[in-house]
Amino acid sequence: MSKNLRITNNRFIDQTSKISFKFDGKTLYGFKGDTLASALLANNIHLVGRSFKYHRPRGIMTCGSEEPNAIVQLGKDPSMTEPNTRATEIELYEGLEASSQNCWPSVNFDIGAINNFFSPLIPAAFYYKTFMWPANFWKLYEYFIRKSAGLGKSPSQPDKDIYDHRYLHCDVLVVGGGISGIMAAKTAAKNNLNTVLMDDKNTLGGTTLFQQNECFKINNSYSNEWIKKEIKTLNSFKNLTIKTRTSLAAYHSYNYLLARENLTDHLDLNEKKDKIRQRLWKIRAKKVIIATGAMERPLIFNNNDRPGIILSSSIKKYIDYYGVKCGKKISLFTNNDSAYETAISLNNSGVSVNSVVDIRDKTNSLIVKQAEKLGIKIHWKSSVVNTNGYKKINSIEIMKLSDDNTATVGKKIIEECDCLGISGGWTPRVHLFTQSGGKLKFRDEDNVFLPDKSELDQISIGSCNGDFELDEVIKNSVKLTNNFLKVNNNDYENLEIISSKEIDKKNIWLLPSDIPLGKTKPFLDFQNDSTANDVKLALREGFKSIEHVKRYTTTGMATDQGKLSNMHALGIIAETAGVKMGELGTTTFRPPYTPLTFGVIVGRNVGEFFDITRKTPMHDWHVDKKAEFENVGQWKRAWYYPIDNENMHEAVQRESKAARDSAGILDASTLGKIDIQGSDVSEFLNRVYTNAWSKLEIGKCRYGLMLNEDGMVYDDGVTTRLSENHYLMTTTTGGAANVLSKLEDYLQTEWPELDVYLTSVTDHYGTVSICGPNSKKILSKVIPDLDLSDKEFPHMSFKNALIDNIKCRVMRISFTGELSYEINIQSSYAKSVWEKCFDAGKKFNITPYGTETMHLLRAEKGFIIAGQDTDGTMTPVDLQMDWIISKKKYDFIGKRSLYRSDTIREDRKQLVGLLTEDPNEILEEGAQIVGKTNKQPTEMLGHVTSSYFSPNLNKSIALAVIRNGKKLKGQKMFVPMKNKTISVTITDTVFLDKENKRLNA
Amino acid sequence: MFLINCPYCGERDQSEFSAGGEAHIVRPKQPTELSDNQWAEFLFMRKNIKGVQFERWNHSHGCRKWFNMVRDTSNDKIHAVYKMGEKPPIK
Repeated sequence: MSKNLRITNNRFIDQTSKISFKFDGKTLYGFKGDTLASALLANNIHLVGRSFKYHRPRGIMTCGSEEPNAIVQLGKDPSMTEPNTRATEIELYEGLEASSQNCWPSVNFDIGAINNFFSPLIPAAFYYKTFMWPANFWKLYEYFIRKSAGLGKSPSQPDKDIYDHRYLHCDVLVVGGGISGIMAAKTAAKNNLNTVLMDDKNTLGGTTLFQQNECFKINNSYSNEWIKKEIKTLNSFKNLTIKTRTSLAAYHSYNYLLARENLTDHLDLNEKKDKIRQRLWKIRAKKVIIATGAMERPLIFNNNDRPGIILSSSIKKYIDYYGVKCGKKISLFTNNDSAYETAISLNNSGVSVNSVVDIRDKTNSLIVKQAEKLGIKIHWKSSVVNTNGYKKINSIEIMKLSDDNTATVGKKIIEECDCLGISGGWTPRVHLFTQSGGKLKFRDEDNVFLPDKSELDQISIGSCNGDFELDEVIKNSVKLTNNFLKVNNNDYENLEIISSKEIDKKNIWLLPSDIPLGKTKPFLDFQNDSTANDVKLALREGFKSIEHVKRYTTTGMATDQGKLSNMHALGIIAETAGVKMGELGTTTFRPPYTPLTFGVIVGRNVGEFFDITRKTPMHDWHVDKKAEFENVGQWKRAWYYPIDNENMHEAVQRESKAARDSAGILDASTLGKIDIQGSDVSEFLNRVYTNAWSKLEIGKCRYGLMLNEDGMVYDDGVTTRLSENHYLMTTTTGGAANVLSKLEDYLQTEWPELDVYLTSVTDHYGTVSICGPNSKKILSKVIPDLDLSDKEFPHMSFKNALIDNIKCRVMRISFTGELSYEINIQSSYAKSVWEKCFDAGKKFNITPYGTETMHLLRAEKGFIIAGQDTDGTMTPVDLQMDWIISKKKYDFIGKRSLYRSDTIREDRKQLVGLLTEDPNEILEEGAQIVGKTNKQPTEMLGHVTSSYFSPNLNKSIALAVIRNGKKLKGQKMFVPMKNKTISVTITDTVFLDKENKRLNA
Repeated sequence: MFLINCPYCGERDQSEFSAGGEAHIVRPKQPTELSDNQWAEFLFMRKNIKGVQFERWNHSHGCRKWFNMVRDTSNDKIHAVYKMGEKPPIK
């Protein structure tokens, strides 16, 4: 470490605890309390990255979240590495490893820097303009552009860190722990309000914490001493929560805010282990006080981007807080008073200040006079017109400004320096205010946008509200806070405040130079490498809206969201276009204020917690039998049960054959089940299903089709009448929740007069479905007391029964076309009943089958699956299910839509069966169907919705929707595939057992 | 993220609710007597107002009750919530 860059008598950095870290592979040393940036500067390292477009060397420019240049890759572990982190925000810890981004092979020798020499050839929107044609070359261009661009590398392995989310409710949230925030939090806490104070730094106090200057005193103490006492008093309030290292990311309506708390990022590698890394606070605050302060603006002049050019206030923080000298010969360049604070701080710490270049005429504020008293040289009414030095600044060129400020005059002075502090005034941090929907107003006097109107219960205080002088900050913050909280805290009355006041203000957005503008490089957006020239070019090319100029030039679109660049871009646009800045407006600030890690956004919702997994009561049995599973909504359903080395096709063929030849067993527990009770249920069912329900007897089941009001099929299922006023409705697995909420909607809003109650009981019952010619024999072994004769227990009926004294409901219903029974039993018993049925069926080779076989079996019978054979555009008539539409009912959901001009069209797409010419050819689901092959382009007539090889028919079968399909029965069609065209014939949808004999086998 | 005052449960986070479109569209009592145009008016036509709008909301992850809301879509201010069947408290 270059010892001579540290001053020794520093109160914030513990110079006894040395920390080693690595930057670009080199081991360096810093101290506890340093940021990566301050430690690098202490090691005399300014060059930390290359710029995005021209690969120009870039150095640390700020000391906070607005940093555009010093963005580094943190860590090397492929699961933990993090790109685009700001060196100015990373607290140093033992073992930290960081590296530069956007440079190859190294930051000191970067091949991409050749772009800088070609920069006249790379104007704004160069990429848009150049790589437009030929269009099919884009693939090639993209490959190279992506390779040479890009900021950092994303991790290639899953993140091992733990993240967390928590809710927080409070009366008052104060954002920002500077002087205004501290006073506001204390005022709120003193008045018994449940208060939270947040700041993104590791300590409270803001810049006042290290402001030790004769010109800024409170009650005869330096302002830093006063604020330290104030911070101490905060600890006595039990109703005040202080969160440091917590960055407000987003401010939404209804005072809902998101904040990211860094919990372990500052800890040594071994201390981080097994702890929560970051936490996202979801905050609902009754009142919000924004005290986010202001950030310093750069100045826009030729070559203002060299390493060693740093915001003046940051140089002050590096010397006063971190005890780090940013250089040995520092020059300052300003348009306002605050650079003099830096000059005085440097001088007091023994760093020689070459001079202050001030674009204003001589001014006589308290602080300027003090600087002059210390013998600091000032170039009045002058400007820096150029800087020199490639990897680091080594001199500046100073010239006088003409009287109209549009040109430079006189002799050029060359001043040697190794660091240049720049100050272009201050920009209030209004980001959170605008995120919350607040409108801004413009103050011409010092060119700032300030909070104006807001719909929310909030205020902005301090410098984010445009108060830049210490006495005004205190006076106005106290007044605003008292009014806002309707309290009267008089702690801050009668304070004796000494504050230097800025007398003269002057601003030039784009400073003049002695060489023509076209040959200069005045950078606006340092991270995205756009210059004032680019913005001017955009205006010349006809762009007028600020939002368009922003996108065309990419100014303000980098990861820093243009925190430093936006004001100057606006200023230059307004000036060039001859409009007032207030009228131009700003671009939109969007959350997050600073980038968030994906980890903290998802919190604990990763891996198995990403989404709920629903398992049936028999799930473990399926796992034991090595079933493959299919996701249906959140459910895990057994898909098929391979034996030995069977593939899916083989397993499904075997299962399908067994179910029809002897017996199959299916876990149907996932079907939606809605318990319906009340005296008006039959009327209710009449209104929600297309068919008639009034005459359904107790103990009988009926299939129903449910439409949307637009006449399209929505869901289907069997409903059973359990007793006089008690029904059990089943729905599709995926549709269960939606059907329930749709039915609730109608009951609550359209038909409140109906006495009907709906309860979801999907999870309450497990359902064992056994089917096949031997299913009756098997069931009689499981429930010997039950009379299974066709007379007593016919198809579409239901019986209450007991299995080992446990009540269950048995329905004789079928989705396969086979004789079939479904046993519904309380979930906790379902697995044991399943096993009972399986054991009882062993003699009959009972075969467990999954969803794939179920789909195949129902397709053989031409039964639809809502959602597979329908897609929200199919009416029952399109499905050739006219039989299920009651002609007698006056109304049901969707009835009127069934004879709209569009739904009665005869050439709608209709459901048909398809048989392939070659019975072994299996069609692909989703394949398009055409009528002719000799004409191109040919018309698509429809598509395949379901397709299987039927082992029971020994041929391929498919269902499809085809335009005017009903009338095309027997016609030949074609299914063009990538390598061949398959000939098919349109048939009836029912392929097997048209007479339904098997139901009573 | 709104804070919604469910008429049955009180103030809850927006994430517990789902929006259900424009309110006070009564399902015709005799749909069969409507022309295609009249039915289409009920079925498809919805307002999309910038300003004060009457909306249906459902406390879907709470009491599952439907209710109505008067909301200004330009600033998301909720002026009133009221139960189904009740008259809007403001015009």
